[in-house]
Amino acid sequence: MMKLEVKGLYKTLQGVLTLNDLSLGLKEHEVVVILGPSGCGKSTLLHIIAGLMRPEQGRVYMDGRDHTGRTGRVSYMQQKDLLLDSRTIIDNVSLPLLLRGIPREQARRQAAAHLDDFGLTGFANYYPRQLSGGMKQRAALLRTYLFSSDILLLDEPFAALDAITRRKMHLWLVDLQQRFRSSVLFVTHDIEEAFLIASRIYVLSARPAQVRLEIDMKAEPHSPLSLYQVKERILAVLEED
Amino acid sequence: MRRYINTAPKLYPVLVVILAIVLWDAGVRVSRVPVWILPGPGQVLQAMVNHAALLWHHTQTTLMEAMLGFAASIALALILALLLHYLTWLYQALYPIFIVSQTIPLIVLAVLLPLWFGWGILPKILIIILVCFFPMVINLFNGLQSVDPDVLDLFRSMGAKRLATFRMVIMPAALPSFFAGLRISATYSIMAAVIGEWLGAQRGLGYYMTLQQKGFAIDRVLAAVAIICILSLLLVKAVDLLEYLLVPWNRKIYSHQLWQ
Repeated sequence: MMKLEVKGLYKTLQGVLTLNDLSLGLKEHEVVVILGPSGCGKSTLLHIIAGLMRPEQGRVYMDGRDHTGRTGRVSYMQQKDLLLDSRTIIDNVSLPLLLRGIPREQARRQAAAHLDDFGLTGFANYYPRQLSGGMKQRAALLRTYLFSSDILLLDEPFAALDAITRRKMHLWLVDLQQRFRSSVLFVTHDIEEAFLIASRIYVLSARPAQVRLEIDMKAEPHSPLSLYQVKERILAVLEED
Repeated sequence: MRRYINTAPKLYPVLVVILAIVLWDAGVRVSRVPVWILPGPGQVLQAMVNHAALLWHHTQTTLMEAMLGFAASIALALILALLLHYLTWLYQALYPIFIVSQTIPLIVLAVLLPLWFGWGILPKILIIILVCFFPMVINLFNGLQSVDPDVLDLFRSMGAKRLATFRMVIMPAALPSFFAGLRISATYSIMAAVIGEWLGAQRGLGYYMTLQQKGFAIDRVLAAVAIICILSLLLVKAVDLLEYLLVPWNRKIYSHQLWQ
Protein backbone atom coordinates (compact mmCIF):
# COMPACT_ATOMS: atom_id res chain seq x y z
CA MET A 1 0.00 0.00 0.00
CA MET A 2 1.14 3.52 -0.77
CA LYS A 3 1.97 5.74 2.19
CA LEU A 4 0.65 8.70 0.28
CA GLU A 5 -1.25 8.67 -2.97
CA VAL A 6 -2.88 11.39 -5.02
CA LYS A 7 -5.27 10.41 -7.78
CA GLY A 8 -6.54 12.48 -10.70
CA LEU A 9 -6.08 15.95 -9.21
CA TYR A 10 -7.53 18.91 -11.09
CA LYS A 11 -7.07 22.43 -9.79
CA THR A 12 -7.79 25.80 -11.40
CA LEU A 13 -6.19 28.91 -9.93
CA GLN A 14 -7.57 32.31 -10.99
CA GLY A 15 -9.08 30.78 -14.09
CA VAL A 16 -5.89 28.98 -15.12
CA LEU A 17 -5.81 25.20 -15.12
CA THR A 18 -2.85 24.41 -12.85
CA LEU A 19 -3.09 20.69 -12.13
CA ASN A 20 -4.37 18.48 -14.94
CA ASP A 21 -5.26 14.94 -13.92
CA LEU A 22 -2.21 14.62 -11.70
CA SER A 23 -1.57 11.31 -9.98
CA LEU A 24 1.45 10.13 -8.03
CA GLY A 25 2.41 8.03 -5.05
CA LEU A 26 4.89 7.82 -2.21
CA LYS A 27 5.85 4.47 -0.70
CA GLU A 28 6.91 3.91 2.87
CA HIS A 29 10.50 5.02 3.69
CA GLU A 30 10.90 6.48 0.24
CA VAL A 31 12.25 9.87 -0.82
CA VAL A 32 10.34 11.00 -3.87
CA VAL A 33 11.42 14.14 -5.62
CA ILE A 34 9.04 16.16 -7.75
CA LEU A 35 10.91 18.11 -10.41
CA GLY A 36 9.18 20.74 -12.45
CA PRO A 37 9.75 24.08 -14.11
CA SER A 38 9.21 27.16 -11.94
CA GLY A 39 5.57 28.04 -11.51
CA CYS A 40 4.25 24.72 -12.79
CA GLY A 41 2.04 24.13 -9.78
CA LYS A 42 4.34 22.15 -7.48
CA SER A 43 3.44 24.27 -4.48
CA THR A 44 -0.24 24.02 -5.34
CA LEU A 45 0.13 20.24 -5.29
CA LEU A 46 1.73 20.31 -1.83
CA HIS A 47 -0.92 22.75 -0.56
CA ILE A 48 -3.57 20.27 -1.66
CA ILE A 49 -1.78 17.31 -0.07
CA ALA A 50 -1.38 19.29 3.17
CA GLY A 51 -5.12 19.99 3.10
CA LEU A 52 -4.75 23.78 2.82
CA MET A 53 -6.50 23.75 -0.56
CA ARG A 54 -9.18 21.56 -2.07
CA PRO A 55 -8.84 20.16 -5.59
CA GLU A 56 -11.78 20.49 -7.97
CA GLN A 57 -11.46 16.80 -8.71
CA GLY A 58 -9.35 13.98 -7.41
CA ARG A 59 -8.52 12.58 -3.98
CA VAL A 60 -5.60 12.46 -1.58
CA TYR A 61 -5.06 9.19 0.30
CA MET A 62 -2.75 8.49 3.21
CA ASP A 63 -2.30 4.89 4.35
CA GLY A 64 -5.27 4.17 2.11
CA ARG A 65 -7.58 6.62 3.85
CA ASP A 66 -9.11 9.67 2.22
CA HIS A 67 -7.56 12.88 3.55
CA THR A 68 -8.66 15.28 0.80
CA GLY A 69 -8.96 18.84 2.10
CA ARG A 70 -8.04 17.88 5.66
CA THR A 71 -5.15 19.48 7.50
CA GLY A 72 -3.17 18.06 10.36
CA ARG A 73 -2.04 14.69 8.99
CA VAL A 74 1.23 15.42 7.22
CA SER A 75 3.91 17.91 8.05
CA TYR A 76 4.65 20.57 5.50
CA MET A 77 7.76 22.68 5.24
CA GLN A 78 8.13 25.56 2.84
CA GLN A 79 11.10 27.32 1.32
CA LYS A 80 11.11 29.96 4.05
CA ASP A 81 11.97 28.65 7.52
CA LEU A 82 8.88 30.41 8.99
CA LEU A 83 10.39 30.31 12.46
CA LEU A 84 8.72 32.70 14.88
CA ASP A 85 11.04 35.57 15.84
CA SER A 86 9.42 35.72 19.24
CA ARG A 87 10.42 32.20 20.28
CA THR A 88 13.74 30.59 21.01
CA ILE A 89 14.80 27.64 18.86
CA ILE A 90 13.60 25.10 21.41
CA ASP A 91 10.22 26.81 21.70
CA ASN A 92 9.97 27.08 17.93
CA VAL A 93 10.65 23.43 17.24
CA SER A 94 8.35 22.28 20.04
CA LEU A 95 5.40 24.25 18.60
CA PRO A 96 3.74 21.21 17.02
CA LEU A 97 3.90 19.43 20.38
CA LEU A 98 2.41 22.43 22.19
CA LEU A 99 -0.39 22.62 19.62
CA ARG A 100 -1.11 18.97 20.34
CA GLY A 101 -1.68 19.94 23.97
CA ILE A 102 1.58 18.66 25.45
CA PRO A 103 2.68 20.81 28.42
CA ARG A 104 5.53 23.22 27.73
CA GLU A 105 8.26 21.57 29.82
CA GLN A 106 7.51 18.13 28.47
CA ALA A 107 7.41 19.46 24.91
CA ARG A 108 10.79 21.11 25.44
CA ARG A 109 12.32 17.90 26.78
CA GLN A 110 10.91 15.89 23.89
CA ALA A 111 12.21 18.38 21.32
CA ALA A 112 15.59 18.77 23.04
CA ALA A 113 16.25 15.07 22.54
CA HIS A 114 16.46 15.72 18.78
CA LEU A 115 18.67 18.82 18.78
CA ASP A 116 21.84 16.74 18.31
CA ASP A 117 20.57 14.95 15.22
CA PHE A 118 19.50 18.23 13.66
CA GLY A 119 22.83 19.92 14.30
CA LEU A 120 21.41 22.38 16.82
CA THR A 121 23.28 21.29 19.94
CA GLY A 122 23.76 24.23 22.28
CA PHE A 123 21.43 26.54 20.39
CA ALA A 124 18.19 25.70 22.20
CA ASN A 125 17.95 29.14 23.79
CA TYR A 126 19.00 31.23 20.81
CA TYR A 127 16.49 33.31 18.92
CA PRO A 128 16.14 32.59 15.18
CA ARG A 129 17.71 35.90 14.14
CA GLN A 130 20.91 34.88 15.93
CA LEU A 131 21.38 31.79 13.73
CA SER A 132 22.70 31.19 10.24
CA GLY A 133 20.43 30.28 7.32
CA GLY A 134 21.41 26.59 7.37
CA MET A 135 20.70 26.27 11.07
CA LYS A 136 17.33 27.96 10.70
CA GLN A 137 16.37 25.51 7.94
CA ARG A 138 17.44 22.58 10.12
CA ALA A 139 15.34 23.99 12.97
CA ALA A 140 12.39 24.30 10.58
CA LEU A 141 12.98 20.72 9.50
CA LEU A 142 13.00 19.54 13.11
CA ARG A 143 9.72 21.38 13.72
CA THR A 144 8.33 19.67 10.62
CA TYR A 145 9.60 16.30 11.79
CA LEU A 146 8.15 16.72 15.27
CA PHE A 147 4.72 17.45 13.86
CA SER A 148 4.51 14.22 11.92
CA SER A 149 7.50 12.02 11.45
CA ASP A 150 6.14 9.55 8.93
CA ILE A 151 5.21 11.76 5.96
CA LEU A 152 7.15 14.95 5.29
CA LEU A 153 6.29 17.38 2.51
CA LEU A 154 9.28 19.57 1.76
CA ASP A 155 8.83 22.44 -0.69
CA GLU A 156 12.27 23.57 -1.88
CA PRO A 157 13.49 23.68 1.71
CA PHE A 158 17.08 24.52 0.82
CA ALA A 159 16.50 26.85 -2.13
CA ALA A 160 17.40 29.97 -0.19
CA LEU A 161 20.77 28.63 1.00
CA ASP A 162 24.17 29.10 -0.57
CA ALA A 163 25.60 26.23 -2.63
CA ILE A 164 28.01 24.88 -0.01
CA THR A 165 25.48 24.95 2.80
CA ARG A 166 22.90 23.39 0.51
CA ARG A 167 25.19 20.47 -0.31
CA LYS A 168 25.88 19.87 3.37
CA MET A 169 22.15 19.89 4.02
CA HIS A 170 21.56 17.28 1.29
CA LEU A 171 24.11 14.87 2.74
CA TRP A 172 22.74 15.46 6.19
CA LEU A 173 19.15 14.90 5.02
CA VAL A 174 20.06 11.63 3.30
CA ASP A 175 21.80 10.42 6.46
CA LEU A 176 18.89 11.51 8.62
CA GLN A 177 16.30 9.86 6.41
CA GLN A 178 18.19 6.56 6.46
CA ARG A 179 18.09 6.57 10.24
CA PHE A 180 14.58 7.92 10.83
CA ARG A 181 12.96 6.14 7.87
CA SER A 182 10.44 8.89 7.14
CA SER A 183 8.62 9.03 3.83
CA VAL A 184 9.57 12.26 2.13
CA LEU A 185 7.97 14.11 -0.76
CA PHE A 186 10.49 16.71 -1.84
CA VAL A 187 9.76 19.43 -4.38
CA THR A 188 12.54 21.19 -6.25
CA HIS A 189 13.55 22.51 -9.65
CA ASP A 190 17.20 21.57 -9.09
CA ILE A 191 18.17 18.33 -10.89
CA GLU A 192 21.43 17.85 -8.97
CA GLU A 193 19.51 18.11 -5.72
CA ALA A 194 17.08 15.48 -6.96
CA PHE A 195 19.92 13.09 -7.87
CA LEU A 196 21.49 13.43 -4.44
CA ILE A 197 18.46 12.56 -2.37
CA ALA A 198 15.82 10.83 -4.49
CA SER A 199 14.89 7.19 -4.64
CA ARG A 200 12.30 8.10 -7.25
CA ILE A 201 11.75 11.21 -9.36
CA TYR A 202 8.60 12.54 -10.96
CA VAL A 203 9.13 15.14 -13.65
CA LEU A 204 6.19 17.49 -14.17
CA SER A 205 5.34 19.44 -17.28
CA ALA A 206 4.85 23.20 -17.35
CA ARG A 207 1.42 24.46 -16.31
CA PRO A 208 -0.99 22.70 -16.31
CA ALA A 209 1.12 20.19 -14.39
CA GLN A 210 1.04 16.55 -15.41
CA VAL A 211 3.48 13.75 -14.66
CA ARG A 212 5.62 13.49 -17.79
CA LEU A 213 8.36 11.21 -16.59
CA GLU A 214 8.93 8.85 -13.69
CA ILE A 215 12.47 7.73 -12.93
CA ASP A 216 13.39 5.03 -10.44
CA MET A 217 16.86 6.05 -9.30
CA LYS A 218 17.47 2.64 -7.72
CA ALA A 219 16.98 1.00 -11.09
CA GLU A 220 19.32 3.38 -12.90
CA PRO A 221 23.00 2.47 -12.99
CA HIS A 222 24.93 5.17 -11.14
CA SER A 223 27.70 5.70 -13.65
CA PRO A 224 28.40 9.32 -14.61
CA LEU A 225 27.35 8.54 -18.17
CA SER A 226 23.95 7.10 -17.26
CA LEU A 227 23.30 9.96 -14.84
CA TYR A 228 24.12 12.33 -17.65
CA GLN A 229 21.64 10.57 -19.90
CA VAL A 230 18.95 10.71 -17.23
CA LYS A 231 19.64 14.40 -16.80
CA GLU A 232 19.24 14.94 -20.54
CA ARG A 233 15.89 13.17 -20.49
CA ILE A 234 14.71 15.32 -17.60
CA LEU A 235 15.94 18.52 -19.22
CA ALA A 236 14.10 17.63 -22.41
CA VAL A 237 10.85 17.65 -20.44
CA LEU A 238 11.65 20.74 -18.38
CA GLU A 239 12.62 22.73 -21.44
CA GLU A 240 9.51 21.95 -23.48
CA ASP A 241 7.60 24.96 -24.81
CA MET B 1 17.81 44.16 11.39
CA ARG B 2 20.89 43.17 13.31
CA ARG B 3 21.93 45.71 15.88
CA TYR B 4 25.16 45.87 17.76
CA ILE B 5 25.82 47.84 20.91
CA ASN B 6 28.24 50.68 21.15
CA THR B 7 27.71 52.90 24.19
CA ALA B 8 29.63 55.98 23.00
CA PRO B 9 26.86 57.38 20.72
CA LYS B 10 24.49 57.42 23.69
CA LEU B 11 26.64 60.12 25.26
CA TYR B 12 26.52 62.41 22.23
CA PRO B 13 23.05 63.90 22.95
CA VAL B 14 24.08 64.57 26.54
CA LEU B 15 27.12 66.47 25.26
CA VAL B 16 24.94 68.47 22.85
CA VAL B 17 22.57 69.44 25.67
CA ILE B 18 25.47 70.55 27.85
CA LEU B 19 26.91 72.54 24.97
CA ALA B 20 23.52 74.20 24.30
CA ILE B 21 23.16 75.19 27.96
CA VAL B 22 26.66 76.65 28.00
CA LEU B 23 25.92 78.64 24.82
CA TRP B 24 22.59 79.80 26.22
CA ASP B 25 24.25 80.98 29.43
CA ALA B 26 27.01 82.79 27.55
CA GLY B 27 24.52 84.39 25.14
CA VAL B 28 22.34 85.73 27.94
CA ARG B 29 25.37 87.13 29.81
CA VAL B 30 26.92 88.80 26.78
CA SER B 31 23.73 90.28 25.30
CA ARG B 32 22.31 91.31 28.70
CA VAL B 33 18.76 90.38 27.68
CA PRO B 34 16.36 91.38 30.48
CA VAL B 35 15.39 88.42 32.67
CA TRP B 36 11.66 88.92 31.91
CA ILE B 37 12.40 88.18 28.26
CA LEU B 38 14.99 85.42 28.49
CA PRO B 39 16.50 84.26 31.79
CA GLY B 40 19.71 82.23 31.88
CA PRO B 41 19.86 78.51 32.79
CA GLY B 42 21.02 79.36 36.31
CA GLN B 43 17.94 81.51 36.93
CA VAL B 44 15.64 78.79 35.63
CA LEU B 45 17.25 76.31 38.01
CA GLN B 46 16.91 78.83 40.83
CA ALA B 47 13.19 79.26 40.02
CA MET B 48 12.77 75.50 40.06
CA VAL B 49 14.32 75.27 43.54
CA ASN B 50 12.36 78.23 44.90
CA HIS B 51 9.05 76.94 43.61
CA ALA B 52 9.75 73.26 44.19
CA ALA B 53 6.75 72.64 46.43
CA LEU B 54 4.35 74.52 44.15
CA LEU B 55 5.73 72.84 41.03
CA TRP B 56 5.36 69.43 42.65
CA HIS B 57 1.76 70.28 43.54
CA HIS B 58 0.95 71.06 39.90
CA THR B 59 3.08 68.22 38.52
CA GLN B 60 0.95 65.70 40.42
CA THR B 61 -2.20 66.91 38.68
CA THR B 62 -0.61 66.90 35.24
CA LEU B 63 0.92 63.47 35.78
CA MET B 64 -2.35 62.03 36.99
CA GLU B 65 -4.25 63.41 33.98
CA ALA B 66 -1.56 62.19 31.61
CA MET B 67 -1.59 58.68 33.08
CA LEU B 68 -5.37 58.43 33.00
CA GLY B 69 -5.51 59.67 29.41
CA PHE B 70 -2.62 57.43 28.39
CA ALA B 71 -4.21 54.35 29.95
CA ALA B 72 -7.55 55.13 28.32
CA SER B 73 -5.80 55.56 24.96
CA ILE B 74 -4.04 52.20 25.32
CA ALA B 75 -7.29 50.43 26.16
CA LEU B 76 -9.14 52.07 23.27
CA ALA B 77 -6.30 51.42 20.82
CA LEU B 78 -6.14 47.73 21.79
CA ILE B 79 -9.85 47.24 21.31
CA LEU B 80 -10.09 49.18 18.06
CA ALA B 81 -6.96 47.73 16.47
CA LEU B 82 -8.27 44.21 17.09
CA LEU B 83 -11.66 45.12 15.64
CA LEU B 84 -10.04 46.70 12.57
CA HIS B 85 -7.82 43.64 12.16
CA TYR B 86 -10.64 41.13 12.22
CA LEU B 87 -13.44 43.20 10.59
CA THR B 88 -12.38 44.34 7.14
CA TRP B 89 -15.53 46.42 6.55
CA LEU B 90 -14.93 48.35 9.75
CA TYR B 91 -11.38 49.04 8.65
CA GLN B 92 -12.60 50.27 5.28
CA ALA B 93 -15.18 52.50 6.96
CA LEU B 94 -13.00 54.00 9.68
CA TYR B 95 -9.44 54.16 8.44
CA PRO B 96 -9.90 57.19 6.12
CA ILE B 97 -11.73 59.01 8.91
CA PHE B 98 -8.82 58.41 11.26
CA ILE B 99 -6.43 59.98 8.81
CA VAL B 100 -8.69 63.00 8.30
CA SER B 101 -9.19 63.37 12.05
CA GLN B 102 -5.48 64.06 12.38
CA THR B 103 -5.85 67.22 10.31
CA ILE B 104 -8.08 68.90 12.91
CA PRO B 105 -5.99 71.57 14.63
CA LEU B 106 -5.57 70.41 18.19
CA ILE B 107 -5.42 73.91 19.63
CA VAL B 108 -8.95 74.63 18.38
CA LEU B 109 -10.24 71.52 20.11
CA ALA B 110 -8.44 72.52 23.26
CA VAL B 111 -10.44 75.72 23.23
CA LEU B 112 -13.76 74.08 22.39
CA LEU B 113 -13.65 71.03 24.64
CA PRO B 114 -13.96 72.98 27.94
CA LEU B 115 -16.91 74.76 26.35
CA TRP B 116 -18.62 71.42 25.81
CA PHE B 117 -17.38 69.42 28.77
CA GLY B 118 -16.63 72.03 31.42
CA TRP B 119 -13.43 72.87 33.27
CA GLY B 120 -12.93 69.54 35.01
CA ILE B 121 -10.64 66.66 34.14
CA LEU B 122 -12.76 65.24 31.28
CA PRO B 123 -11.73 67.67 28.50
CA LYS B 124 -8.04 67.11 29.43
CA ILE B 125 -8.41 63.36 29.20
CA LEU B 126 -10.20 63.76 25.86
CA ILE B 127 -7.37 65.85 24.42
CA ILE B 128 -4.80 63.29 25.57
CA ILE B 129 -6.82 60.52 23.98
CA LEU B 130 -7.13 62.47 20.73
CA VAL B 131 -3.36 62.92 20.63
CA CYS B 132 -2.18 59.52 21.93
CA PHE B 133 -4.76 57.20 20.47
CA PHE B 134 -3.88 57.60 16.82
CA PRO B 135 -0.19 56.57 16.76
CA MET B 136 -0.99 53.56 18.92
CA VAL B 137 -3.93 52.23 16.95
CA ILE B 138 -2.14 52.65 13.61
CA ASN B 139 1.04 50.99 14.80
CA LEU B 140 -0.74 48.17 16.56
CA PHE B 141 -2.99 47.55 13.56
CA ASN B 142 0.01 47.44 11.22
CA GLY B 143 1.72 45.04 13.61
CA LEU B 144 -1.28 42.71 13.64
CA GLN B 145 -1.33 42.80 9.84
CA SER B 146 2.41 42.22 9.52
CA VAL B 147 2.24 38.45 10.00
CA ASP B 148 3.51 36.45 7.02
CA PRO B 149 0.50 34.63 5.50
CA ASP B 150 2.74 31.59 5.03
CA VAL B 151 3.14 31.37 8.80
CA LEU B 152 -0.65 31.38 9.13
CA ASP B 153 -0.77 28.59 6.51
CA LEU B 154 1.82 26.65 8.47
CA PHE B 155 -0.25 26.92 11.63
CA ARG B 156 -3.36 25.93 9.71
CA SER B 157 -1.53 22.90 8.30
CA MET B 158 -0.62 21.92 11.86
CA GLY B 159 -4.30 22.13 12.76
CA ALA B 160 -3.87 25.09 15.15
CA LYS B 161 -6.96 26.76 16.61
CA ARG B 162 -7.54 30.47 15.95
CA LEU B 163 -6.89 31.40 19.56
CA ALA B 164 -3.59 29.48 19.61
CA THR B 165 -2.52 31.15 16.39
CA PHE B 166 -3.37 34.55 17.84
CA ARG B 167 -1.51 33.88 21.08
CA MET B 168 1.55 32.29 19.51
CA VAL B 169 1.89 34.17 16.22
CA ILE B 170 -0.17 37.32 15.79
CA MET B 171 0.16 38.88 19.22
CA PRO B 172 3.93 38.46 19.57
CA ALA B 173 4.41 39.71 16.00
CA ALA B 174 2.42 42.85 16.80
CA LEU B 175 4.21 43.66 20.07
CA PRO B 176 7.23 45.52 18.62
CA SER B 177 4.97 47.81 16.56
CA PHE B 178 2.70 48.27 19.54
CA PHE B 179 5.65 49.50 21.56
CA ALA B 180 6.73 51.81 18.75
CA GLY B 181 3.29 53.45 18.95
CA LEU B 182 3.37 53.42 22.73
CA ARG B 183 6.68 55.27 22.77
CA ILE B 184 5.36 58.03 20.49
CA SER B 185 2.21 58.38 22.56
CA ALA B 186 4.18 58.46 25.80
CA THR B 187 6.12 61.49 24.60
CA TYR B 188 2.87 63.23 23.66
CA SER B 189 0.80 62.41 26.72
CA ILE B 190 2.35 64.92 29.15
CA MET B 191 2.38 67.63 26.51
CA ALA B 192 -1.27 66.97 25.66
CA ALA B 193 -2.23 67.24 29.33
CA VAL B 194 -0.43 70.60 29.54
CA ILE B 195 -2.24 71.88 26.44
CA GLY B 196 -5.53 70.83 28.01
CA GLU B 197 -4.68 72.74 31.18
CA TRP B 198 -3.45 75.78 29.30
CA LEU B 199 -6.92 76.80 28.25
CA GLY B 200 -8.76 76.25 31.44
CA ALA B 201 -7.86 74.56 34.70
CA GLN B 202 -7.44 75.17 38.38
CA ARG B 203 -4.36 72.99 38.76
CA GLY B 204 -1.58 71.49 36.72
CA LEU B 205 1.63 72.59 35.02
CA GLY B 206 -0.25 74.15 32.10
CA TYR B 207 -2.28 76.30 34.49
CA TYR B 208 0.89 77.23 36.38
CA MET B 209 2.60 78.27 33.14
CA THR B 210 -0.24 80.53 31.96
CA LEU B 211 -0.23 82.19 35.37
CA GLN B 212 3.52 82.77 35.43
CA GLN B 213 3.63 83.89 31.83
CA LYS B 214 1.08 86.61 32.53
CA GLY B 215 3.37 87.85 35.29
CA PHE B 216 6.41 87.74 32.97
CA ALA B 217 8.06 85.19 35.24
CA ILE B 218 9.71 83.52 32.28
CA ASP B 219 12.19 81.69 34.51
CA ARG B 220 9.28 79.88 36.16
CA VAL B 221 7.65 79.11 32.81
CA LEU B 222 10.90 77.53 31.63
CA ALA B 223 11.24 75.68 34.92
CA ALA B 224 7.87 74.08 34.19
CA VAL B 225 8.99 73.31 30.63
CA ALA B 226 12.05 71.53 32.01
CA ILE B 227 9.85 69.45 34.28
CA ILE B 228 7.59 68.53 31.33
CA CYS B 229 10.65 67.38 29.36
CA ILE B 230 11.96 65.32 32.27
CA LEU B 231 8.57 63.69 32.88
CA SER B 232 8.16 62.84 29.20
CA LEU B 233 11.65 61.39 29.08
CA LEU B 234 11.02 59.26 32.17
CA LEU B 235 7.79 58.00 30.66
CA VAL B 236 9.56 57.00 27.44
CA LYS B 237 12.23 55.22 29.47
CA ALA B 238 9.51 53.36 31.35
CA VAL B 239 8.04 52.25 28.02
CA ASP B 240 11.51 51.15 26.87
CA LEU B 241 11.98 49.12 30.04
CA LEU B 242 8.61 47.48 29.59
CA GLU B 243 9.49 46.61 26.00
CA TYR B 244 12.84 45.19 27.12
CA LEU B 245 10.99 42.91 29.53
CA LEU B 246 8.09 41.90 27.30
CA VAL B 247 9.86 41.64 23.93
CA PRO B 248 13.06 39.78 24.82
CA TRP B 249 13.53 38.56 21.25
CA ASN B 250 13.97 42.08 19.94
CA ARG B 251 16.66 43.11 22.39
CA LYS B 252 19.85 44.45 20.96
CA ILE B 253 22.31 41.63 20.48
CA TYR B 254 26.02 41.60 21.02
CA SER B 255 28.17 40.23 18.23
CA HIS B 256 29.27 37.27 20.36
CA GLN B 257 25.62 36.22 20.60
CA LEU B 258 25.42 35.76 16.85
CA TRP B 259 26.23 32.53 15.12
CA GLN B 260 26.79 33.13 11.44
